[in-house]
Amino acid sequence: MNTLFDKIWDAHTIRTIDGGSCVLYIDRQYIHEVTSPQAFAGLRRRGIEVFRPEQVTASPDHNIPTKNQHLPIAEPQSAEQVATLERNCAENGIRIFPIGEEHNGIIHVIGPQTGLTQPGMTIVCGDSHTSTHGAMGCVAFGIGTSEVEMALASQCILQSKPKSMRINVEGELRKGVCSKDIILYIISKIGTGGGTGHFVEFAGSAIRSLSMEARMTICNMSIEMGARGGMIAPDKTTFDYLKGREFAPQGKEWDEAVERWSKLRSDDDAVFDKEITFDAADIEPMITYGTNPGMGIAIGGEIPSSEGMDSASKASYAKALEYMGFAEGEKMVGKKIDYVFVGSCTNGRIEDLRAFANFVKGHRKAEGVTAWIVPGSKEVERMAIEEGLRDILEQAGFELRQPGCSACLAMNEDKIPAGKYCVATSNRNFEGRQGPESRTLLAGPLVAAAAAIRGVVTDPREMM
Amino acid sequence: MRQKFNTLRSTVVPLPIENIDTDQIIPARFLKATTREGFGENLFRDWRFDKEGNPKEEFVMNSPQYRGQVLVAGKNFGCGSSREHAAWAIEGAGFRAVVSSFFADIFRNNALNNGLLPVVVSEEMLAAIFAAAEVDPTMEVDIDLPAQTIQIVGTDLKESFEIAPYKKQCLVNGYDDVDYLVSIRAEIEEFEKR
Repeated sequence: MNTLFDKIWDAHTIRTIDGGSCVLYIDRQYIHEVTSPQAFAGLRRRGIEVFRPEQVTASPDHNIPTKNQHLPIAEPQSAEQVATLERNCAENGIRIFPIGEEHNGIIHVIGPQTGLTQPGMTIVCGDSHTSTHGAMGCVAFGIGTSEVEMALASQCILQSKPKSMRINVEGELRKGVCSKDIILYIISKIGTGGGTGHFVEFAGSAIRSLSMEARMTICNMSIEMGARGGMIAPDKTTFDYLKGREFAPQGKEWDEAVERWSKLRSDDDAVFDKEITFDAADIEPMITYGTNPGMGIAIGGEIPSSEGMDSASKASYAKALEYMGFAEGEKMVGKKIDYVFVGSCTNGRIEDLRAFANFVKGHRKAEGVTAWIVPGSKEVERMAIEEGLRDILEQAGFELRQPGCSACLAMNEDKIPAGKYCVATSNRNFEGRQGPESRTLLAGPLVAAAAAIRGVVTDPREMM
Repeated sequence: MRQKFNTLRSTVVPLPIENIDTDQIIPARFLKATTREGFGENLFRDWRFDKEGNPKEEFVMNSPQYRGQVLVAGKNFGCGSSREHAAWAIEGAGFRAVVSSFFADIFRNNALNNGLLPVVVSEEMLAAIFAAAEVDPTMEVDIDLPAQTIQIVGTDLKESFEIAPYKKQCLVNGYDDVDYLVSIRAEIEEFEKR
């Protein structure tokens, strides 16, 4: 009567101390340049070495440029952070995928893509979107830098066991609805704190019907409902995706692994602390209108009224709409936009680029819209070129850039100017997230494509 | 060894906004340092300063009336990014505790790992603190970690709060988890052989 989450978590718990803090063994640790330098500095101060360097993988991604990656990084602090990562990895014997090289990219895109991420594992990274890897059937979650240091020092972290939650999406998805719409819909229903304290398993026929990459988009954003992480039981889709990837088991080991992984599912009588079921048919293409990912609506809908909210919530709601320059009751369709950003660990995989390119094929980007199409990894970039997606994009007036986190959090040069509106396929629409005073509308790749062509928020189904 | 936390009596800095995310606490463009120091000056950067770096009068931290070591914020504080820089910034600006009715999980862990105490109170208690601070900025709260209580000084408004026993010990004694985990490396190696 155990949940899938229980099974993996419990199998990795070495001991439980006072009142529930678990010493949790970590199979894989991913690191990047922003949240690791202070952890390495801590180890040096203590005079201890990295415990299991072979279980750690690094990729610079957060503040690398997405143009001219063959040149040195121009911004001195970014250059220093990336150089520090390279130095720390070299000194400690940690595998790194440097900028411009075959495997480089956003750490949450390359983990699954290289086969480093596998079912049944525990995975941590100093980044909240580590939840992405849960799509492969593992327990993966974001941690802070002190915990990065713990994992480097001992291959373990101390962690209270979260409660369990299952979110089922049953039935068939409607035309023009993609996995980003599913997760934006769920967050709009349960709120940005709806999953706090819980680890979520996504299940149901609509989830099972999704490709591996679409599943990653869903698990990626489980943090945006406050959940500790999200996961999906591994199945044939998972195994087909993983087979033959560089770091996946090969030959006889592969067969044994699949047999083991096939048992990774919640028992039929497993009881979750919380369980919610949604009907796939209720989900439409989504877009956000506010300053947190829970402020989303069906694209044809109106910005909700604050009636019935308590006074504290009302004040926060008014502050959000004022920041966005929107008013209650307005329609999102028809609102003018200035930028389109396609990319990030949420929607920067090859499937997302295919969806976007196929949609814009034969159209032209609207005058006055600046669009950044940023692949999630070098591999995604290579595939986009080989498959002819870059040509399609260029013919439609778009430019394919080089991989990185880019305008999702605007740590590099890719910043949305103050006051401008950006339809982004990334994960957060917080104030200033894409640059000081920038305004973000979160959506999936199809809504982004329709907006890029028309220059205004548009229901993509009108153009399909 | 970190600074120990036992009891604290302080005035408060009230921030009655819900869902304050870590991008507001410390924007990503300030995450480029490779040390833990110096983040306090950019705490709530874009709410606290204008584009030219001048303090915005309307923001509570720029008000001469509100000073203190306890930050009080609306529910779901610290949601979003896992950046520990958020905890470093709050601590770096001189706060020792954050009070809210609800914290995001990663932020709560990060705070605890830096000796910054997250105190979860009821919605009613939170509203009472905001109301009292609005009327009288010199209002103080008493936080007693060993007893796990928080009280508005001079009133009978008092609540107990939850904290994991192990984390409480760490805060009270100034211990940290890395020391503990390294001390059980032999047990970890045994586990790996299984």
